[in-house]
Amino acid sequence: MSIKAEQLNYRYSPGTAYEIYALKDINLEILDGQFLGLIGHTGSGKSTLVQHLNGLIRATSGHLYFNGEDIYQEGYPMRQLRSQVGLVFQYPEHQLFEVDVISDVCFGPLNQGLSKEEARERAKRALQMVGLGEESYSRSPFELSGGQKRRVAIAGVLAMEPQVLILDEPTAGLDPRGRDEILDQIRLLHQEKHITIVLVSHSMEDVAEYVERIIVMNQGVIAFDGAPREVFRHYEALEQMGLAAPQVTYMMHALKARGLEVDENATTIQEARETILKAFRKE
Amino acid sequence: MLKDITLGQYYPADSILHKLDPRVKLVATLIFIASLFLVKSWVGYGIVTVFLFFVIRLSKVPFSFMIRGLKAIIILLLITVGFNLFLTPGDRVLVQVWKLKITDQGLRTALFMAIRLIYLIIGSSVMTLTTTPNDLTDGMERLLSPLKKLRVPVHEVAMIMSIALRFIPILMEETDKIMKAQIARGADFDSGNLVKKAKSLVPLLVPLFISAFRRANDLAMAMEARCYHGGEGRTKMKPLCYKGRDRKAYGVLLLYLAVIIGIRILGSYVPLI
Amino acid sequence: MKMIQAEQVIYEYARYDEEGNVAEMKRAVDGVDLDVQKGDFVAILGHNGSGKSTLAKHLNAILLPREGTVWVDGKDTKDADKLWEIRQSAGMVFQNPDNQIIGTIVEEDVGFGPENMGVPTGEIWERVEESLRAVNMLKYRHHSPNKLSGGQKQRVAIAGVVAMHPKCIVLDEPTAMLDPNGRKEVIRAVRALNQVEDITVILITHYMEEVIHADRVIVMDQGKIVMQGTPREIFSRVEELKAYRLDVPQATLLAYELQKAGLPLPDGILSREELVEELCRLKQNS
Repeated sequence: MSIKAEQLNYRYSPGTAYEIYALKDINLEILDGQFLGLIGHTGSGKSTLVQHLNGLIRATSGHLYFNGEDIYQEGYPMRQLRSQVGLVFQYPEHQLFEVDVISDVCFGPLNQGLSKEEARERAKRALQMVGLGEESYSRSPFELSGGQKRRVAIAGVLAMEPQVLILDEPTAGLDPRGRDEILDQIRLLHQEKHITIVLVSHSMEDVAEYVERIIVMNQGVIAFDGAPREVFRHYEALEQMGLAAPQVTYMMHALKARGLEVDENATTIQEARETILKAFRKE
Repeated sequence: MLKDITLGQYYPADSILHKLDPRVKLVATLIFIASLFLVKSWVGYGIVTVFLFFVIRLSKVPFSFMIRGLKAIIILLLITVGFNLFLTPGDRVLVQVWKLKITDQGLRTALFMAIRLIYLIIGSSVMTLTTTPNDLTDGMERLLSPLKKLRVPVHEVAMIMSIALRFIPILMEETDKIMKAQIARGADFDSGNLVKKAKSLVPLLVPLFISAFRRANDLAMAMEARCYHGGEGRTKMKPLCYKGRDRKAYGVLLLYLAVIIGIRILGSYVPLI
Repeated sequence: MKMIQAEQVIYEYARYDEEGNVAEMKRAVDGVDLDVQKGDFVAILGHNGSGKSTLAKHLNAILLPREGTVWVDGKDTKDADKLWEIRQSAGMVFQNPDNQIIGTIVEEDVGFGPENMGVPTGEIWERVEESLRAVNMLKYRHHSPNKLSGGQKQRVAIAGVVAMHPKCIVLDEPTAMLDPNGRKEVIRAVRALNQVEDITVILITHYMEEVIHADRVIVMDQGKIVMQGTPREIFSRVEELKAYRLDVPQATLLAYELQKAGLPLPDGILSREELVEELCRLKQNS
C-alpha cells in the first residue's frame, strides 16, 4: 500500500501568459508506515503537493496512484480517498464549529455514513489517541487552550481512521511546550497505530528528531529526498533555498573543518554529544 | 486564485479619467444619470451617446470591460423592455399577436428604457473602472461631509467601507481554506436539496464568523494602539484637492448639462423626433 | 532615564459560566515589577498563558492594572487625559500581521497613525518614507498588503508604529506566525531600530534565538517574573528553563550536555560560533 505520484504537474492559469508551475514533474512514492518530513519555505509548493495527495486539488497533468489505483480515472471514489488520506490543515483549530468537542470530532465519521453510535465510538478513540480524556467531551472547543484546540482538530481527522495522516505545519503558532507535546503525540500515533505520517514543516530542527525520511521542496520541484543525515549534508544548498539545516549540522561541519575528529553527519543533540565526546576521549 | 480578485472592478490604466479627482467622477456620474432621465428625444439620446463614447475613449479601458456589467441586468432589461413594448397604449398598432399589441408609442418607450438602463450601467462602470475603491470611499466621505452637521457619521461609514475593502479578500481566502479543510473531513457542499445544502454550510459559516469576529477584535485593538479615536482632529495623508484638470472637467460637465437642459426646453416648443 | 516602570501590577479577568455569572477570577499578571531604561532592548519570555501578552498590553494602556501602577515615560497609564500621549510614546506591534494592517496600500497603512495624531500632510509623507526605509520596505510602498509575505507584512506593521515617532516599541509575539525567513527579517528590523534609531524595544516571544541579542531577558510564568538577567546569565540556567518548558538554543543545550559529561566548558554559551571556538580551544589545551 502506498501513494505514488508520477510526473505530477500543477499549473496556475494554464495556457495564459501568467502560467506558473506550482508543481513540476513530481515523482514520489510514500510507502506504508513511513514517517516522512516534507520541508520547504513558504511558496515552495509543499502545501499544494499535499492537497493533491487526497484529491483536493487535481493535477494539470500526470498520475497519482493510491494503493495502485489511479485516482484520476473515471468514477474513482474521491470521498473515500479523503477519509483514507487524512489531511490536517495549518491552524486546524480554525475549522472547529460544533457546540462540544465530541460532536466536532464526530463530524468526519458521520460524513462517512456511520451511525451516531459508531461515530461516537470512533470520536472517543480519536480523542484518546491525541491524549484528551472524557472530561473534555462536553466542553466547548472554543474555550480550550491553543494546544488543546489543535488536538481536537487533529482528532477530527483521525476519527475517520485514515491510513495516511498528513499534517500541514501542525506546530505553527504553538509555544515550545505545545509544539513538543503535539509532535510527541504524532510520533506515538506512528509507533502504536502504524499510521503513515507526512509532516509538512519549515523547521528542520523539529523534523530532524522525528522523521525517517525528508523530502525538500523548492520552487515546485523535489530538491532532495532521503534520510535526514543525507539531506542535511547539503546544508549549503539548503541555505540557498532559504532553509537551514539544524544548528548541530553547522557546528559539526565547523568543528570538522577546524580539525576535530567528529562525525559531521550528526543531526541531533544526542548524536553530536556522542561524537564530540568520542573525539575528546581519543586523546 | 481568490487572492487575485479585485474588489469593484478597477482597471489600471494611465488616462486623464483615472487621474481625475474621485469627487469629479462621482458628480459626473450623477449628472450623467440625471441626463438620461431628462432627455426625451432621439436628438437628446444622440448627444448622450456622443458624450458617453467620448468619455469611454478617454478612459483607455477596453470596451469589453464596459459591457461586462450588463450581464447582471439582462433579465431586468428584458422584463422592462417587454412590459413597455406590450403594455404601452398608442395610436398606431404596428404588430398584433393574439391579444398583445405593439404600438408605435410602446416601441419608442421600450427602446428609450433599454437605452437608459444600458447607459446607466455603462456610465457607472466607467466610474468604477477608473477609480480605486479607496478613492471612491474618500470621494464619498468628502462629498458627504456637509452631512456631518446633521450628525450623520460620514467618517465612520467611510472607515467601515475601507476596512471592508481591506478584509474582503482575506475573508474570501479564509472561506476557501475552511471549505477545503471541511471537505477533507468528508463534508459535501454540492449535492442534496436546498435544505441539505443550507445545513451543510454550518461547518463553513461558524468558523468563518468566529474568525471574522476575532479579526475585528484584533483590528480594533491595533487601531486604538495607533491612536485612532474617530474622525476628529484627524489629518489626511492624501487629502483630496482639485487641480486644473478637475476644474476643466467640471466645465465640460456644466456645458453637457446645459446642452441637455437646452434640448429638453427646446423639445417643449419644437417637436423633436 | 526610565522609559517604563511598573510597580506591583496585578491584572485579573473573569471567566463566566453559562448563566453569565462570574465563575472564577483568573490572575493573568500577579504582582509584577518592571523597570525599563531608555534605549534598552528587553525580551520577555514565557509560554502561552504565562501572562506575558497581558503584561504587554499594560505598557500602552490597552489594559489598565487592577492593582499597582504603570508609568510610561513618566505618565501614569490610568491618567485618561494622557492616553493618546502614552499610546504615541509606546507603540505596539501584534502577533497576526493581517489583523493590524488597516490600509489597502502599504504607504497608506503606515500613514494611519500619524493621521490619527493630526500630523500635517507634508510631514506624514516624510514620516512614511523614513519609516518604510527603516524597515527596508520602501520599494513596496505602492503594493497591496495582501500580496506581501508574512515577514514583509509584519515589517509594514512595524513601520506603521515607527511613523508615530514612539520612544518605545512593544512587540507582542511578532514572529509567532512567520516562517524562519520572515522571523529573521523582523528581528533584523527590530534590532536596527534599537541600535540605529535608539528606540527602546520590548520584545515578547517564545523563540530563544530571538532574545540572545537583548540587553536583558525576563522570564515569566503564571503571571510572575521568575527569572531576570542578561541572556548569558539566563541561558546558563538550562535546567530551570527546561522546567518552565522553554526552548534553549541548540548550541547552549549541546554545551550544557557536554559540560554534564565532564568537558570544562564555560557557562551560558549562546551561539554555535562560541561553542565551536570553546571546543577548539579545549582541544588545543588538552
